[in-house]
Amino acid sequence: MNIIKCVHKVCTILMETSRPIYIWVLLLGIFILPINIGAQELVLHKDSIITINLDEVILIWARKTLDYHRQPKPLSTLDEYLESSKKVDMVKRGAYAWEPTLNNMFSERLSVTIDGMRIFGACTDKMDPVTSYVDVSNLSQAHIASGQQGTEHGNTIGGAINLELDRGNFKETGLYGGVETGFESNNQMSVVGAEINYSDSNYYVDTDIIYRKAENYFAGGDEEVEFSQFEKYNFSANGGYKLAEDQALTASLIYDEARDVGYPALTMDVSLARAIIASVGFEQDALWGSLNNWKSKLYFNKVTHVMDDTKRPDVPIHMDMPGWSNTYGFYSQAALKAKKHQFLYKIDGFYNKSLAEMTMYPNDPNELPMFMLTWPDVRTANGGVYAEDELDLNGSFLKLATRLTVQNQNVADDFGLNSLRIFYPEMEKSKTRFLKSISGQWHKMWMPWHFNAGLSYGDRAPSVTEGYGFYLFNSFDNHDYIGDPGLANEKSMEANTKISWEKSKFKLSAEANFFHIADYIIGEIDPSLSVMTIGAEGVKIYKNLEYAQLFNTSLDMEYTILPELKWSGLVSYHRGTDNNGGNIPFISPFSYRSGLQFDNRSFSAALRITGAGKQMNYNPEFGEDQTQAYTVCSLTFGKTFKFNNDSMYAKFGVENIFDEYYSTYTDWKNIPRMGRNFFLTLSYSIN
Amino acid sequence: MKTIKLVLVTFVATLGLSSCSSDGDDTPKIDVNPMAEFNLISNIVANGHSLELYSEGKTGFTTGYNQLFVRIKNNADDTYYSNPEITWKPVMHMMSMEHSCPISGLSISNDYDTVATGYIVFQMPGNADEFWDITFTYEVEGQEFSVTETIDVTAPIDDKQRVSVFMGSDDVRYVLAMVEPKDPEVAVNDITAMLFKMESMMSFPLVENYTVTLDPRMPGMGNHSSPNNEDLTYDATTKSYKGKLSLTMTGYWKLNLKLLNSTGEVLKGEDITEENEASSLYFELEF
Repeated sequence: MNIIKCVHKVCTILMETSRPIYIWVLLLGIFILPINIGAQELVLHKDSIITINLDEVILIWARKTLDYHRQPKPLSTLDEYLESSKKVDMVKRGAYAWEPTLNNMFSERLSVTIDGMRIFGACTDKMDPVTSYVDVSNLSQAHIASGQQGTEHGNTIGGAINLELDRGNFKETGLYGGVETGFESNNQMSVVGAEINYSDSNYYVDTDIIYRKAENYFAGGDEEVEFSQFEKYNFSANGGYKLAEDQALTASLIYDEARDVGYPALTMDVSLARAIIASVGFEQDALWGSLNNWKSKLYFNKVTHVMDDTKRPDVPIHMDMPGWSNTYGFYSQAALKAKKHQFLYKIDGFYNKSLAEMTMYPNDPNELPMFMLTWPDVRTANGGVYAEDELDLNGSFLKLATRLTVQNQNVADDFGLNSLRIFYPEMEKSKTRFLKSISGQWHKMWMPWHFNAGLSYGDRAPSVTEGYGFYLFNSFDNHDYIGDPGLANEKSMEANTKISWEKSKFKLSAEANFFHIADYIIGEIDPSLSVMTIGAEGVKIYKNLEYAQLFNTSLDMEYTILPELKWSGLVSYHRGTDNNGGNIPFISPFSYRSGLQFDNRSFSAALRITGAGKQMNYNPEFGEDQTQAYTVCSLTFGKTFKFNNDSMYAKFGVENIFDEYYSTYTDWKNIPRMGRNFFLTLSYSIN
Repeated sequence: MKTIKLVLVTFVATLGLSSCSSDGDDTPKIDVNPMAEFNLISNIVANGHSLELYSEGKTGFTTGYNQLFVRIKNNADDTYYSNPEITWKPVMHMMSMEHSCPISGLSISNDYDTVATGYIVFQMPGNADEFWDITFTYEVEGQEFSVTETIDVTAPIDDKQRVSVFMGSDDVRYVLAMVEPKDPEVAVNDITAMLFKMESMMSFPLVENYTVTLDPRMPGMGNHSSPNNEDLTYDATTKSYKGKLSLTMTGYWKLNLKLLNSTGEVLKGEDITEENEASSLYFELEF
């Protein structure tokens, strides 16, 4: 523990005293290092997209490969899967619908897509991140790309999370199915799920259903966290039909509904969060010329979100806050292979309608209800082109990618437009923005060394909340927020580098990225404004900071002690400052994780330790206080049983073994995390 | 196929018919009733005439500012007199005294020469023992007539204060009445008010060049206020006080006011602070 503190201190001092130094270190790494170690060159295999991109892929639904033992906790929520990523942290406002952050950046700086489909939450208070509208049963994997490497599906600053749907894909697997159930002791969560699939070379149909119900959870020390219950079910169907040998028609549908979801960190709960996500696609092996692998998709999704405070005692004023977000979109992409180039071209577009309203019921029953539009029916029309090229440079690879987007936002509701014109009398009804991204990512390998480096530039438009939000209460810093439609685009200049060393038993990689974000969008107090929410401290208006800088670095290690026994460790450090050297809120303190994993195909066991140091850099102006250090341990066991053709997999585990009472820097208003928790999952698969 | 044809035929026929009827609408109407969109709130029959009193939105006389339209019908042939000369005088008959209220003259409206318009600001409603009446004196066809009719003045249906009668720190009694907004919106609204002083029981002249400061609040929302309001200043062309009123949401708003004379002295009203949640001079709105 002392060592960790020391390392942390050294890092902090370095950062504090010589901020430009780490920029220079990065640049040095990018430009000089490869020249110095140019001795042994080795041509890379062509399955190297992941290495070039520094992407991370999280396997979610492993039934088809019966790869259960690789999953730390099957049937856990998607949020828990994402949290296991090295780059993703989850912001918790309760036990449900955590908000993913990447490189310490939130939803508005990320592109979160489902199979490339754009979808936007309908809650003004971010109670429904996109990831809350799918379940693990729908997905095969989550693809996490950092920074501008994630612009394939949309403009982003921090990166992208693309959730890939699980589908049969014309494999000759025939009819197969499975049932699974799980139970967790801490919040009495029970999960039941079932699936039935058919796939052959001509068509496939996948269906699955999953239901979860959880009561309040208990933090360490047996402290009940009230209003942390939830209930949800999710149904999905996927199908594909081959029109010809090289042509296929696909379709997918997800229906996801959560009810009675508690948000202990917020002042309101949710009575309904519902999404319908549908698409039809067309795939063809060859297009004209040498274009191939042509894929097109038409999609729509409809999200309804209803907040509810009727179960809360002592609300100063009762209110209804429903929100709706409908998105219609398409994309079409094709690949081209030519000598040393591998191109991907994509055009895409979407149209989103975001509307949210608030009705407050006065305590005096003779007064009329108070009504406002918190999202004034903003219509976003977005169209873009994306192109990438993977270049084989004889021994090294260079990936160049660019995206150009034009986006128009239009306030369709006059009530909402007039509301905003109270603040911005000259505001136009409609605003068009041009967005661009360009990135270069280079990979070279000298056994046993790998070297990756990238430079990129990208920008993003303000989100609906940042541009058009009207008195949105943020319970974290206890301020009402008002959007500014005239905000400038946020622009990010980014550099990243990764060096890894791989010998048969030992893997070591060091990684760092640095973002210089000009016109960084953040709320700033306007003392002249009067609060709307009873009890709020003030009103903030979204503003462009001159710039902010974010730096993330991590060291990742893996050692294979025995063929069945593996040790892994990860330490990471993060820093975020604004142009005055002030701290950006929600930046992770020094954190670490370490695990021992045993796996001999039929039996698996894992011991995991995760923790973080004391938060040294925080910003009280944004409601942050110092988060204390913590360490938690978990232990899991898994076993596969075979019955003729069928198989059953059981996993048992205990999380937070020592029942530590803790919260992390991402826990909204310091709500404590779950205390000791036993879980058991059983999956039975019929082949 | 047959059904489709039938549907098509019906569709075309409907189109044809509806276009025919819309042709008919285009012909100008000869008999335009200028008061068609207005509410008749009183019809006084006297001297072989009917004095018709109309209001644009209201269904009766209410306390506060009342914009009224008057025309005189010759009951003999059901025609309206052009350019009638009318004066009016409302009087409140109280238990112990009588008084009038602020009024404008009645002038012929711009659009129709049969309609005269003006306003009356009633400071108080009538009740079982106290009542308002209006005396009209008018001249048609060279002859002068007069009629007095008792009217029913009530508080507005929502019981919100749109007029304030108060004694200023200069020992003058004032009447301040809100004219606009009639239909407030969640937006920046134009606010108009009129200020009179009570010279005598029967005389209420306009007061010019004062200022009325504005601080709208929602008492039900922890006294939430709105930005970009503008104080009311005197506009000589309309003889009223005009300002801007921002309303950030629907509901009940209290418009806290202060009256300043032309030298900036506060005659009535207080600032809103943590300790003082409301001014003694205010209007109310609910929508």
